[in-house]
Amino acid sequence: MSLTRKDVEGIAHLARLSITDAELPVYVDSLSKILTFVEQLNAAAVDAVEPMAHPLADQVQRLRPDEVSDVEQREKYQRNAPRVEAGLYLVPKVIE
Amino acid sequence: MTELHHLTLAELAAGLRAREFSSVELARHFLARIERMNPALNAFVTVTAEQALAAAAKADELLASGEAGELAGLPIAHKDIFCTDGVLTTCGSRMLSNFVAPYDATVVERLSQEGVIMLGKANMDEFAMGSSNETSWFGPVKNPWDLNKVPGGSSGGSSAAVAARLVPAATGTDTGGSIRQPAALTGLTGLKPTYGRVSRYGMIAFASSLDQAGTLTITAKDSALLLRAMAGFDPKDSTSVDTPVPDYVAALDQPLAGLKIGLLKEFFETGLDEANGKLVRDALAVYERLGAKLIEVSLPNLPLSVPTYYVVAPAECSSNLSRFDGVRFGHRCENPVDLLDMYKRSRGEGFGAEVKRRIMTGTYVLSAGYYDAYYLRAQKVRRLITDDFARAFKEVDVLMGPTSPSPAFDIGAKVDDPITMYLNDIYTIGANLAGLPAMSIPCGFLGGLPVGLQIIGPHFAEAKLLNVAHGYQRETEWHRQIPRGYA
Repeated sequence: MSLTRKDVEGIAHLARLSITDAELPVYVDSLSKILTFVEQLNAAAVDAVEPMAHPLADQVQRLRPDEVSDVEQREKYQRNAPRVEAGLYLVPKVIE
Repeated sequence: MTELHHLTLAELAAGLRAREFSSVELARHFLARIERMNPALNAFVTVTAEQALAAAAKADELLASGEAGELAGLPIAHKDIFCTDGVLTTCGSRMLSNFVAPYDATVVERLSQEGVIMLGKANMDEFAMGSSNETSWFGPVKNPWDLNKVPGGSSGGSSAAVAARLVPAATGTDTGGSIRQPAALTGLTGLKPTYGRVSRYGMIAFASSLDQAGTLTITAKDSALLLRAMAGFDPKDSTSVDTPVPDYVAALDQPLAGLKIGLLKEFFETGLDEANGKLVRDALAVYERLGAKLIEVSLPNLPLSVPTYYVVAPAECSSNLSRFDGVRFGHRCENPVDLLDMYKRSRGEGFGAEVKRRIMTGTYVLSAGYYDAYYLRAQKVRRLITDDFARAFKEVDVLMGPTSPSPAFDIGAKVDDPITMYLNDIYTIGANLAGLPAMSIPCGFLGGLPVGLQIIGPHFAEAKLLNVAHGYQRETEWHRQIPRGYA
């Protein structure tokens, strides 16, 4: 599978990653190589096989009661935020 | 003369109990080594000296009162992927280079409750994506056996720190081999437990169906000691398995006569350095001498492990790493013009090249029109591989083979070619895909560099693996070797 510059620009946009012009050809090359490499999977006979999402077959995802189980620690958590004001996270304007 | 850093965790624990030295003395001894030797190795991102000495003083009080647990006062390092309350937690990334975790990972919490002393946070490949510890934002880690060689990855800071005896043990995580491969390349005992055995809470996620926390230690016994404290059900991790934790230490000395060892045919056929393979075969002969029976087994789908992994793991990583958006924590770019610009530049600047490569691979294989061809197909092959293992374990107790195709390679040798780098994990990835417990133990040296033997077991067979590893370590001295300059 060979990707074009445009393909990679599209993937980078979907992934919300800025990619420099210098980086672009490197990713075109390496992503194409990776996709070619994983094409080996096409050799496997998988028609009747159930896809596997979890390594332990008999495990089910647990549910818990919808109850408050943690204490409020907004101030502590917001210490890691790039910008906060009055307990709110600040981001560039979204709605005009 | 035996120095403190020659001793294993178990020996240090006995010394603490016999009052031969105090926990504060131990912490000071290892902190001094870190200060002196870490600049050349770059194994630590953060050293928590002050906090460690305070915790050690407290452990000494507990030890004096006779109420201390078995691990009280023992120093270790945590891989910088584990959240540590109030301490910088970077995951080897610029993205988190300013992130002070607001809580402890369950692994960290459980070990602290036992009185284990954290001396610092170990360097690692960025977001655990790498096999050489060269993708870290904080620079590559050097292998203490040869400073021009890689220490393996992604738990390369953990492996270098223990190999150089800057700490007697460290935690690690293993998504595709990230505990076992660095353990092999630095002469350590590495254990990746069964998926779900150890809580993933507070362990920064890479690929959630594969990630598992484990240990890098000098001996299998030390690994058993740590795992006994780390393992167990955690309601905070929805994939944590609620099954009792056996006494791994008590099971260590079971005789190995009659043990059925499966030799992974595919592992000896694909990509293995010949001299490396010879050392693995020598190790198998030791097991035969102990009464084990060797049976060749074939897992026909195993050669598809690496391509399967490089669809599944990037897919999960692209989802997991979407949380890094520059809003609530982590790196944010300067002067974003709008929200989209903020997301793109914060992520573009915050992530390194390999992480971006994997996010994009994952984004592609999950995108409309390609999902069935890549992701769904890989999940099906994942089941075929898992079924192969299940069939093998009907015939044998454990599987054995090499951990890594060759000993440690030169820093810089594989950075330009991702596929060559990915193939380092050719023998380790299968256990992650199937969720199986697996270990690497030292089994000799090639040109002065350690070589690892891999042991894989059925789900929740950690006690058996540790018993099998311990049996070998009673017969051999490879695991007690210390690199020149660090003895």
